[in-house]
Amino acid sequence: MSEVRQYFNNIWLALFTAAIGMKTTIRHLFTSAVTIQYPDVKLKLPERARNRLYVNIDDCIGCDQCAMACPVDCIDIETIKGTPDQDLGVTSTGQKKRLHVPVFDIDIAKCCYCGLCVYPCPTECIMMTDVYEFSEFDRQNLNYHYSRMSTEEITVAREKLRKADEEAAAKKAAAAAAPKPATPPPAAGAPPKQEGGAQEQAKPNNPS
Amino acid sequence: MYELLQNLLGDSLLVYVIGAALPLLFVLPFAVVAVLLEMKVSAHMQDRVAYMYTGWHGVLQPVADILKLLQKEDTIPAAADKFLFRVAPFLVFMGGYAGFAALPFSSAYIGTNIDLGVFYLLAISSLSVIGLMMAGWASNNKWSLFGSMRSVGQIISYEIPAALSILVAVMIAGSLNLQEVSKFQDGGLQNWIVFGGPLPLLQKILLFPFTLTAFFILFIAGIAEVNRTPFDLPEAESELVQGYNTEYSGMKFAIFYLAEFANMFLVSGIVVSLYLGGWTSPLGDVMSGPIWGFFWFVAKGMFFVFLQVWIRWTLPRLRVDQLMYTSWKVLTPFLFLCIFAVGLILVL
Repeated sequence: MSEVRQYFNNIWLALFTAAIGMKTTIRHLFTSAVTIQYPDVKLKLPERARNRLYVNIDDCIGCDQCAMACPVDCIDIETIKGTPDQDLGVTSTGQKKRLHVPVFDIDIAKCCYCGLCVYPCPTECIMMTDVYEFSEFDRQNLNYHYSRMSTEEITVAREKLRKADEEAAAKKAAAAAAPKPATPPPAAGAPPKQEGGAQEQAKPNNPS
Repeated sequence: MYELLQNLLGDSLLVYVIGAALPLLFVLPFAVVAVLLEMKVSAHMQDRVAYMYTGWHGVLQPVADILKLLQKEDTIPAAADKFLFRVAPFLVFMGGYAGFAALPFSSAYIGTNIDLGVFYLLAISSLSVIGLMMAGWASNNKWSLFGSMRSVGQIISYEIPAALSILVAVMIAGSLNLQEVSKFQDGGLQNWIVFGGPLPLLQKILLFPFTLTAFFILFIAGIAEVNRTPFDLPEAESELVQGYNTEYSGMKFAIFYLAEFANMFLVSGIVVSLYLGGWTSPLGDVMSGPIWGFFWFVAKGMFFVFLQVWIRWTLPRLRVDQLMYTSWKVLTPFLFLCIFAVGLILVL
């Protein structure tokens, strides 16, 4: 008896559950779709979304802090020290710029979008934007060059720095030589100390 | 239709060609519409939108799909039985397409008005089993072979409930000719065989539960015969890759697809002709006539095509033993009861 009941119960359950399922699907047939037609319609990103990096090069003082903070070394900065007679302008936050920035490259293909470079920046010139559509056919195109200095400007700046360094070195040598003409060895030792400092700043120029 | 053509053009080869090609005028556009219907309905049932870019709301997508399939490379496995591999999809399609010959689209059009229409339909639709078996065997692929084995077992099993439920309608209508069965149900909704046919009221009331059961079972068996979910074990993507058509590509795959959609409508057409009045208008004399007949037949058929799509995107696939259980232990006994009861009521 119970087997017969089981048999009919099974049939009833099969029909009943199929009906429930079909009710669900027909209801969903007439509910509006949740699809967002992506390239045509875009969702608004959260305010603090981290996507492509942008550098406002006008505000950059070349302090290299972002490059040092970067865990994947995707930021490449080279600087040329400005000479005292040059006025490199001020940033929008009022800070005086002392360095030329001939190279400010971000290899966005390496970037891990951690945002760690954004926080140390003293002038808030490096930032995360909400741009996320920047695929390229060539990987080289993902290496963004933010510096706007032309080759001539770089050469001029470098030349000026070299001259200023030479002048400073000559002055130092003269100053060292003047008060103590009797003791040449310390005078010969002093200028390299100065020169070494200048070279450190100028070092990135040499390879290029 | 064949007789008419013969009268018009005489007994020439042209008559055969035209007569055979006419249903194609319906089947091909229908397949295009059905592909779109399937995709759109399935998408909206899952709260998606499906194709949106090819034409207005993606209506041209099936056309694009056909163009794509036409230019695709047609690969044949090196170890396949090349002849059988090539023949199989056409045989499968032929099995479905030949059924359209006995389907009355309207009072003025039936492919060939033979007296054994239903019997012919049952017989010719079994032809596709051979095609499926050939496809699976010739592919020389274990998934294909599994799929075709399953499909053969399934189709042969479900042929019995299908034939028995057809028998219920045939007993009431008293004819095996689908055109006659359709004519028998003329005169409105209440004359449809699912509601007992145009018989005295007492008989109709007594017949109704049995005809309704037989109607449901015919539809279920029909879905099983065309291998659609929840009876799509021969294809069973999750278990058998694509079943018997795993190795097929390009145009041959398209023919399999076409056969599936042709079969979908064929099954719907059989259900409609036998139980839901075929081409007759549900409103009696209103909107009846050969043209309206065609409209009603296609409209009813499309409803059942939609129902098949709806079921497909609702129910999960049955297990093999559940499939056999359903056929042999549920559908067949119920139909025996139906046939017995209907016979008794008709005699009384």
